Amino acid sequence: MPRLIELTDGQAHWADDAFVNVADEDAIPSSGDVILSLARFEAEGDGLLSSNSRRVGVRVESNEEIEVLAYDLPRIAVVALAFPKFRDGRAYTSARLLRERFKYEGQIRAVGDVLQEQAGFMVRCGFDAFEPSDGATPEAWTKAASRFRHVYQRAVDDKPVAFEERAS
Amino acid sequence: MYQYDLIDKEFLADRSAEFRGQVARRLAGELTEDQFKPLRLMNGLYLQLHAYMLRVAIPYGSLNPTQARRLAEIARDYDKGYGHFTTRQNIQFNWIKLKDAPEILDKLAEVDLHAIQTSGNCIRNTTSDPYAGATAEEVDDPRVWAEVIRQWSTLHPEFSYLPRKFKIAITASAKDRTAAKVHDIGLLMRQGRDGQLGFEVIVGGGQGRTPYVGPTIKQFLPTDRLLSYLEAVLRVYNRHGRRDNIYKARIKILVAALGAEEFGRQVEEEWAKIDAERADLPAAEYARIRAAFAAIPFETLPARSEAFETAKANDPAFARFVRNNVKAHKQPGYAIVEVSLKAPDQTPGDASAHQLEVVADLAERYGFNDLRVTHVQNLVLPHIRLDDLPTVFATLQAAGLATANIDLISDIIACPGLDYCALANARAIPIAQDIARQFADPDRAEEVGELKIKISGCINACGHHHVAHIGILGVDKKGEEFYQLSLGGSGAEDASIGKILGPALPADRVATAVDQLVGAYLNTRADGERFLDTYRRVGLEPFKEAVYAQAD
Repeated sequence: MPRLIELTDGQAHWADDAFVNVADEDAIPSSGDVILSLARFEAEGDGLLSSNSRRVGVRVESNEEIEVLAYDLPRIAVVALAFPKFRDGRAYTSARLLRERFKYEGQIRAVGDVLQEQAGFMVRCGFDAFEPSDGATPEAWTKAASRFRHVYQRAVDDKPVAFEERAS
Repeated sequence: MYQYDLIDKEFLADRSAEFRGQVARRLAGELTEDQFKPLRLMNGLYLQLHAYMLRVAIPYGSLNPTQARRLAEIARDYDKGYGHFTTRQNIQFNWIKLKDAPEILDKLAEVDLHAIQTSGNCIRNTTSDPYAGATAEEVDDPRVWAEVIRQWSTLHPEFSYLPRKFKIAITASAKDRTAAKVHDIGLLMRQGRDGQLGFEVIVGGGQGRTPYVGPTIKQFLPTDRLLSYLEAVLRVYNRHGRRDNIYKARIKILVAALGAEEFGRQVEEEWAKIDAERADLPAAEYARIRAAFAAIPFETLPARSEAFETAKANDPAFARFVRNNVKAHKQPGYAIVEVSLKAPDQTPGDASAHQLEVVADLAERYGFNDLRVTHVQNLVLPHIRLDDLPTVFATLQAAGLATANIDLISDIIACPGLDYCALANARAIPIAQDIARQFADPDRAEEVGELKIKISGCINACGHHHVAHIGILGVDKKGEEFYQLSLGGSGAEDASIGKILGPALPADRVATAVDQLVGAYLNTRADGERFLDTYRRVGLEPFKEAVYAQAD
């Protein structure tokens, strides 16, 4: 089974990935957890979700807006946010909105051009699963994500902000 | 001045350690140059024509003497003995070795300096008024808000991979010394009728290939809502700014495409959804930051200083310096002193290690440890007693720092150009030097009065040529350096984009052409008119004729 890095209580570790990424041209397998494109999900997601027999995830490209998922979010197990290039920072906003505005509690997975140098930003924006493209290990990931002892702005993680540390 | 506390210091130490690791991985071959590039750029390290260039942030252009001396040390130990101040109030070292970069960053961190976000598609160093805390014009101290933005924008998790770089300027005076209207965001502090402070928010100004004077999208933003509003602007931009074409990726293109009204509406819509409680700072933190900029313990002095008046009467050179480089201070008996880095034959904006130390000493002995950098690439001693001015002047003079040319024709902004920069089409520095030589007679320069010349070596416009009274743009014509002149731009409160004068001129014609433009101005000007005013009154034609009629 393929693996991905998951984050639990600030520690990154390997986890088996039960989800199958279904390409738009492929048939949806008869059973098992799947991740569909947003378009495919909009067309066929309802049927899959109501069968209640498997978990469903949605892959959202960086030019797609996560707001369209708002209604279905409670039933979606994984939102995979794509980084077509590491320089494309739109998924950070998507992740933050999912957590802060839509109170999404499922997994937010970083897929695509995912590098350990971005780990800190991703974690702060609410990502909790990663498919690194640079061969990063969980150890490297944890290290990269916790490189800074302090942060200057509120985000999704519960790290105390500099001004809160100062006030305490 | 804002003092870094343990948290700020540990942050810089962590940053330095991170970069040391990245450089080690690069030198060991674990990272390719392609993978390393964005990492070094995030730390201000560029690869230029001849060497690495390190750009060090000077938040809102404010330095203390210890920091200035450390910059001098770095210039001496790791560069060729000088540094170059930029139009973003930062300093660049042009001859850095990659292996030295981590050590330099450590040394900077020791004195609370860094190179964070001096490059990359992130929120860059916020620029502010170099006269902050010293001028009577301001409605508030803009450094308070610049520091708020510095902290908020530092390694912002959501806004570190924007479509393109992002620059914010903030001023609290009617006279704009920050070029706020040609920034991605310009914040102009205003006092409402009820006495409440707020910002007029300008978005989508810029220079480069497509210059714009930014439109106002909010007339009055209460100061305590600053961060949530910035978050809304940045979020709309991060989501909708173009990423398919580097030349169309700045926020100005998005604002122009949507129209200011629609862009403003989208920002308002997003802003309304943001949880202000979480996004805006608590009052205690505003108060803590404000306290760091508390009033300086000025002495109560008479407005008139005998020592100052005597020196002015006896020494024409001092009198000239006072006329051009000394500005009114809010406190009686004090003055704001501009230190020009535009001496004849100098590279505009360069300061030697020795000069940095001289200015640091002056700030320490006479200036409340306060030193500023201007976006025009000069330095400022913001709080000098009139009584001390003759001594300060003599010390500056001995160090080649007393050129009395602030806002005059030889106070030229020039980008590094083809002498350093890999992007440039033409040299900028020698052109600035040619013009300075042409107007070496200080009496004539004073007679000409305020005239802002700005030179860029390519269309990216780092030399701000679009917003110059006389702008000069280097272009490449079949392998030869040519220069296109434009007139009538301004980066100040009366911001405008210059208009092209005519066909580009060869390098050896530029200084003469400027002379001809000045001649046309002197013939045409009405009483009290600056070059810019005359141009705005009479238009391009008389100037065009002055330069091109004789050329044929």
